[in-house]
Amino acid sequence: MNLRILRVLLRKEYLQIYRDKLMLRQMLLMPFIQLFLLSSAATFEVKTARVFLVDRDHSATSRGLVDRLHASGRFAVVGASASMDPADDALLTRDAGMILGIPAEFERDIVRTRAGSVQLVFNAEDGALAGVTNSYAQQILAAYGRELGATLRPVVTEAPHIEIRTRGWYNQELDYKDYMIPGILVQLLTLVGTLLTAMNIVREKELGTLDQLNVTPLPRSSFIAAKLIPLWSIALAELAAGLAVARWVFGVPVAGSVPLVFLAACIYLLVALGIGLLISTMVDTQQQAMFVSFFLILVYLLMSGLFTPVRSMPEWAQMLAELNPVKHFIGIMRSVLLKGAGLTDIVRPLAILTITGTIALAFAVRQYAKTSA
Amino acid sequence: MTTTLGAFIVKELRHILRDRQTLTILLLMPLIQVILFGFALRSDVRNVRLVIVDPFPDYATAALSSRFGAASRFRIVAVTPTMRGVEPLFQQGKADIAVVFEPGFGSRLGSGEPARVLLAVDASDPNTGTTMLFYARAVFASYEAELGSERGRPVRIVPATRMRFNPTLESVNLFIPGLIALVLTLVSALMTAISLSREKERGTLEILLVSPLRPWQIIVGKVVPYLGLAFANVLTALVAAWLVFHVPFRGSVTLLLAESLLYSMVSLALGVLVASLTGSQRVAMLVALLATMLPSSLLSGMVFPIASMPTVLQVISNIVPARWFIIIARGIMLKGVGLEYLWRETLVLAGMTMLLMAVAVRSFKPRVG
Repeated sequence: MNLRILRVLLRKEYLQIYRDKLMLRQMLLMPFIQLFLLSSAATFEVKTARVFLVDRDHSATSRGLVDRLHASGRFAVVGASASMDPADDALLTRDAGMILGIPAEFERDIVRTRAGSVQLVFNAEDGALAGVTNSYAQQILAAYGRELGATLRPVVTEAPHIEIRTRGWYNQELDYKDYMIPGILVQLLTLVGTLLTAMNIVREKELGTLDQLNVTPLPRSSFIAAKLIPLWSIALAELAAGLAVARWVFGVPVAGSVPLVFLAACIYLLVALGIGLLISTMVDTQQQAMFVSFFLILVYLLMSGLFTPVRSMPEWAQMLAELNPVKHFIGIMRSVLLKGAGLTDIVRPLAILTITGTIALAFAVRQYAKTSA
Repeated sequence: MTTTLGAFIVKELRHILRDRQTLTILLLMPLIQVILFGFALRSDVRNVRLVIVDPFPDYATAALSSRFGAASRFRIVAVTPTMRGVEPLFQQGKADIAVVFEPGFGSRLGSGEPARVLLAVDASDPNTGTTMLFYARAVFASYEAELGSERGRPVRIVPATRMRFNPTLESVNLFIPGLIALVLTLVSALMTAISLSREKERGTLEILLVSPLRPWQIIVGKVVPYLGLAFANVLTALVAAWLVFHVPFRGSVTLLLAESLLYSMVSLALGVLVASLTGSQRVAMLVALLATMLPSSLLSGMVFPIASMPTVLQVISNIVPARWFIIIARGIMLKGVGLEYLWRETLVLAGMTMLLMAVAVRSFKPRVG
């Protein structure tokens, strides 16, 4: 490989990227928009659930229960009726998310048998929301039961009580964005590494300038290196910018070593760039390149544990996930950034990344040499 | 005029059919996505790896440990007397939750004093962390209740819980409507934007513009084949969802297809608009990604509930077409309701289509340079 040629080619590539102002702006804007959107939109926390009340008891106890729901601040009564039909209609029109049904003789049952039942019906159209609302409602019911137990005669003395304190390690405030941001940075690197690489090379193919380059005495290795190095450096710059934004704008804690993150990113990008290069050898137009890479990235990301935990997946999917470089890199990012893991903790995924990276890149270069020959 | 338009549509159709690779991916994508979403993407938490820190084992900690051992969701990976050694397990990702009993847990419990226990959870994923805490609390609550029933009961309020429309909270039932929206957005908006800007980039749009075709005809000709493709995708996704996952179709399938068509039109109009505002394929692609894919997946309520978002984003979500389509699709599929409940959402979509179409046709300049 001739270094002088490489330098000239690199200059051309950087100039080309720098000149494409819109593209540049997009690439810089993308992380911010994504970080902002995901950090504030991606949450399952329930603010106020709208409750439709069907109180057939009308007693002090049933009113007490409604008051407790209200006082928690998480529930708001939006309507009430004596029968279930209007309540059901409220679920269908989505005016209410939950029906609280209190049967007649609720109070009588509680006084006589120290146990009463209520009916909770959720609009499970939005499953996550319904599940979370349900757990809040159950907590309030249990607390109200304890409260009633203390006031009702005969007073129960010495009821065994387990006091549970909880602590969320690595993410004290249970802040979803702290968890998502390392993943989003991975997504970003993948997008730049794979999608832009494929598009960049295929563009030359589509415009016909690739053929011109191929008939010049230019060694192919120089050409590939000149194509990959700029995108590699851009991706790393994006990571630096993204980390800075995460740290200082969103206040995400950085527990581990930043150089370690960059080391892992450098290796991971070999995989991403290799896949991008491979795609570019398989397709002819930018449209195809975009589609193939978009499709691959989507599958990679969905199966990587970015949104849903890998361990909740069925066995075969977990085995496939082991082959997924994105999964390993997300794992590294999360344990280093959130848990402060050191090099020894991440040796295994790092080794897997190195191996897949070498294979992917070597295979892509071989394939590239073949198709354009 | 109709024959010119017809010929143009046929030409566009040939373009699409000739590109086997893209076509295969386009047709396979919804299928693979449905299968991935259905089988692999589960947000429920299973197989929680538990560490028990028990400095002075007694009857109560033993009973609780065996309850955790018996619970199908939990798997005990270690029992240690001290906190030392817990942190490395968490850092290597080998444990998810630690139950830390205080010394003398059992005797305090027996004497009626509050017995203290600490639940430390790997909360780096807060959603999973919260769910794991919830499961662990349930184990303690049932033990507490059992002890209580042996010695006088506190009042129990037993909720009879029913999850209407999706009793088992099956994730695939919730994802399918959103998935259809996503696939339609991808095919309609993204493909149209790229296909139009490709003609622009290559300069073939100029040739079309000097042809007897009128601008609206060019747009219609570009759009109609993708409409057909999008429709085929909806059908594949629905059939896969029905055959493989037995997703319920409680409402009218015809209505669902009609609404899908309406949603495709909104997306197509968006695609045309993006193409007319941008110059090159790459820029069109990036803008289309930002303007359609991102909001359709994040601000539509597909995965994350809109009610949980900050107010600003809730307001913004109103202009995301996918939001309305997902309400409609879930309403038809899961609730079995018809237009009498969904006319508002349908009107919103229809209004958006008209507005976007008008803007797109206007901004599509029949001039070069």
